[in-house]
Amino acid sequence: MSPEGTPMNEAYSLLVNGQEVPIVDAWIGESLLYVLRERAGLTGTKGACEQGECGSCSVLIDGELVCSCLVNAAASVGREITTVEGIAEAGAPSDVQRAFVECGAVQCGFCTPGLIVATHALLERSPEPSELEVREALSGNICRCTGYGRILDAVAKVTVSRRSVES
Amino acid sequence: MAVFVPRSLADALQTLADVPGAVPLAGGTDLMVEVNAGHRRPTDIVALDRLDELRAWSIGPDVVTIGAGCTYRELLESDLAAELPALAEASRTVGSPQIRQTGTIGGNLGTCSPAGDTLPVLAALDATVHIASSAGTRSVPVHEFMVGVKRTALAPGELITAVEIRRRDGWQGYSKVGVRNAMVISVAGACLATDRTARTVAIALGSVGITALRCIEAETWVAEQLDWSSPVPEATARGFGERVAAASRPIDDHRATAQYRRHAVGVLAGRLLQRAFAV
Repeated sequence: MSPEGTPMNEAYSLLVNGQEVPIVDAWIGESLLYVLRERAGLTGTKGACEQGECGSCSVLIDGELVCSCLVNAAASVGREITTVEGIAEAGAPSDVQRAFVECGAVQCGFCTPGLIVATHALLERSPEPSELEVREALSGNICRCTGYGRILDAVAKVTVSRRSVES
Repeated sequence: MAVFVPRSLADALQTLADVPGAVPLAGGTDLMVEVNAGHRRPTDIVALDRLDELRAWSIGPDVVTIGAGCTYRELLESDLAAELPALAEASRTVGSPQIRQTGTIGGNLGTCSPAGDTLPVLAALDATVHIASSAGTRSVPVHEFMVGVKRTALAPGELITAVEIRRRDGWQGYSKVGVRNAMVISVAGACLATDRTARTVAIALGSVGITALRCIEAETWVAEQLDWSSPVPEATARGFGERVAAASRPIDDHRATAQYRRHAVGVLAGRLLQRAFAV
């Protein structure tokens, strides 16, 4: 990582899912989405609109939900970046991922990684969200297949199962 | 060719002075869209998201000061929301949680889109924009700051550091029309703010002019009609809406016709006025 306040060049390193990922030969204007997919090989994060409207590129930066297409990659040095690949261990889906499968909240699947990340972010902040809260929290993630009903079911299912785990 | 990540405002201003053409990057919700689409190809970028000076806000005895780096989410979720409810309402209509997490009030001003949601609020509340460069600081009324479509009074090397809003005793609200509730750019927007002490009403419009527009004639007219203690009669709301619509300067584009926008701001103005004096 470069010292404070000094310019960063086309070679830098990002902290993705707990690991330092060296990035070389990058252009300064590249988005985090582009760098994650094309340079770090993490293709779970999807790219569609590249203008922050669809949410398919959602990742967490320092625990907060953002559109990676609107984040400048080189300016993210030192931030903690979590992609859908870092939400759970490989082969061991999270409760949110399981609920999406069990509730049929996945059809074509393109929006799913973004929705999984957004749902994790929501439940981290608000473990017992109202339906309005869920709808508003997921309003930046567009799904053209499901009509959202089963996605809302999946979020509700996780909420209930986490409650029973705690009690 | 570099991305600079300064940790202090002084460093950021010095970098902007030293690197001609360096582009300031706030939340990225406007700039990165242009970069992704290939419409802009910056040679140097100065990221502003780690400048603590720009993230601060305060509610003083007379004025509220909001750092340019405050995000829509902060305007919505902090104590600022109770102090400036219209700004919180406007912020809630911006994009999605993802956009509100990074997009900033300074960025909204710096982009100066006619549809910028916080801009009618800042115009209605007669905000002052604080600006800094390596040469010093200056302050500009928001009405002078907004020069045209995506044009501001900022000179090269200058940054918006904060907006300042005088506290007032009164009601304020923001309404907007778009094609759906979330993720939508304003087709028409309006902010109304009353001042019970001065007995004045301010209204500013978005998306119906090259910048946010104040409607001085409608404001003066309605202040004379109000008795400040009872609900607003339908006829007054309608008369206000007509005067506001007449003050709008909309255009036809792919989102709406000028005629629709003119009608919509009149309706929004009438409803805001009635909400302001609802019992």
